[in-house]
Amino acid sequence: MQNNFPNEGMSVIVKTITRFTVWLIFLYGLYIVIHGHLSPGGGFAGGVIVALSYVHLTLAYGKNFVMERVNKFAMNSLEAIAAILIVLTGLVGLYVTGYFLANFMGIGKLYTLLSAGYIPMLNIFICVKVSMGLYLVFYYLASFKQQEG
Amino acid sequence: MPVDIWLYFILGFMIIGSIACLEIKNILSSIITIGVVGLSLSLAFLFLGAPDLALVQFVFEILCMIILIRAFAKRSIEVRALQRDVPETIIAIVILASIFVLSIFAFKDMPSFGKPIVRVAERYLANAGVETGSQNIVTAVILNYRIYDTLGEITVLFTAILGTLTILRKTGRKKRHAE
Amino acid sequence: MILYIMCFFLFLVGVYGAITKRDLIKIILAIGIMGYSVNLFLVLLAYRTGALVPILKKGLNIPANMMVDPIPQALVLTSIVIELGVTALMAALAIRIYQKYDTFDITKIRRLQG
Repeated sequence: MQNNFPNEGMSVIVKTITRFTVWLIFLYGLYIVIHGHLSPGGGFAGGVIVALSYVHLTLAYGKNFVMERVNKFAMNSLEAIAAILIVLTGLVGLYVTGYFLANFMGIGKLYTLLSAGYIPMLNIFICVKVSMGLYLVFYYLASFKQQEG
Repeated sequence: MPVDIWLYFILGFMIIGSIACLEIKNILSSIITIGVVGLSLSLAFLFLGAPDLALVQFVFEILCMIILIRAFAKRSIEVRALQRDVPETIIAIVILASIFVLSIFAFKDMPSFGKPIVRVAERYLANAGVETGSQNIVTAVILNYRIYDTLGEITVLFTAILGTLTILRKTGRKKRHAE
Repeated sequence: MILYIMCFFLFLVGVYGAITKRDLIKIILAIGIMGYSVNLFLVLLAYRTGALVPILKKGLNIPANMMVDPIPQALVLTSIVIELGVTALMAALAIRIYQKYDTFDITKIRRLQG
C-alpha cells in the first residue's frame, strides 16, 4: 500500500509488524461473530475486535492514513443502516409470525454453522453497528484538539 | 483448589488495585491500574463459568484503556493530588463504614454462594437447543428469548455514541445573522 | 457470604472515590469501579458449585441443574457494553469542560455550581 503520510504514526518496525497483524485481528473478529451461536463470543465481542483492528491501524500509521481509505460519512451511514436493519428484521418477523422480532427462519440442524434461524444474521448486524460506532468514538476522542472551537 | 479460594485472591487483588487507582497521583498510572482491575475481573468471570463475559470484558477493557489514555494522558502531564479537605473525607469514610457494617446484616439473608435459586433458567437450559437451535445458551437468551433487552441496549449504545459525536464535533451550528 | 461482602466493599471503594476526589478523571474511574463490582455481584449470584458452562455439547446430555444460570450473564453482557458507551460520553464531556475552563478540578468549575 502506498503511504502518503510517512512521517505520522510510530516507527518503521511497528508499521512493518502491523502490516502482518492487522489482518489476523480482523479475521479473528469475523470468526468470533460468525461462530457466535456455537462458541463463546457473539456480535458485541466480535464487533469490538473488528474496531480494535482499525484502532491498531490508526495508532501505528496515524489517522490520516486511515481516513484517506475509509470515509467518515460511510462509517456513520453503515452504523445507522445496521440499526435500521435490526428493526426491519423485527418487522419481517411481525409480518411472518405475528410477533415483533420473532424467529421467522427455520431453526436448522443443531451444532452446525448455518443453524439457529436469524441469530447469525443479527450477530452480523450488531457487529457492524458496534465496530463502526466505537471506532468513530475513538477517532473523534483521539483527534480532538484543544484550540478548535 | 475450589473456586472460592481463587475468587478471594482475585477480589482482594481488585480491591487493592482500585484503592491504588484512586490514590495514585499520576493519571497515566491510574488509568493503567484500572485496566489491571478490569482484566482481573475478566479472570473472575472465567472462573465463574462465563466465558462469553470474560471475552467481552477483556476486549472492552482494552478499548476503554486506549480511549482513556488517548483522551486524557496528554492533557494532564503534571502530577496532581486533588483531594477534598480533611473533614469532608473523614465524614465520607465514617458514613461509608457504617453502611458497610449494616450491609453485613443484610447479606446474611442472601442465598449462600454456590447454591442459587434457579427457576426460569431451568426451562431455558432444558429447551434452548430445541427451541432456538443455538448451541450457546447465553446467545440464545440475548438474541432470542430476551431480544427486546438487546434492542433497548442497541438504542442506548446508539444514543451514547451519538451524544459523544455531538459533543466533540468541530463545526458548530452556524450563527444566525439576522441581528 | 464473604465473597458478597468483599464485592460490596469494592462498590464502596468506588463510592468513596466518587465523593471525595476533586479530579474529574478520578471520578470517571471511580464510576467504572462501581460498574465492575455490580457486574461481578450479578455473576456471583448465578454460580452453582461444580456446574458447567452453559454451552451444549454434541452427544453429551447435560442435565439442566448442572449448568450455570445464563440469565444474569446475558444481563451483564448488556451492562458491560453500555458501560463503555457511558465512559466514552463522560470522557467527551470532561474534555469539553477542560477546553472551556482549562482545569479538571471540579471545585474550580464555577459556573456549574449555580
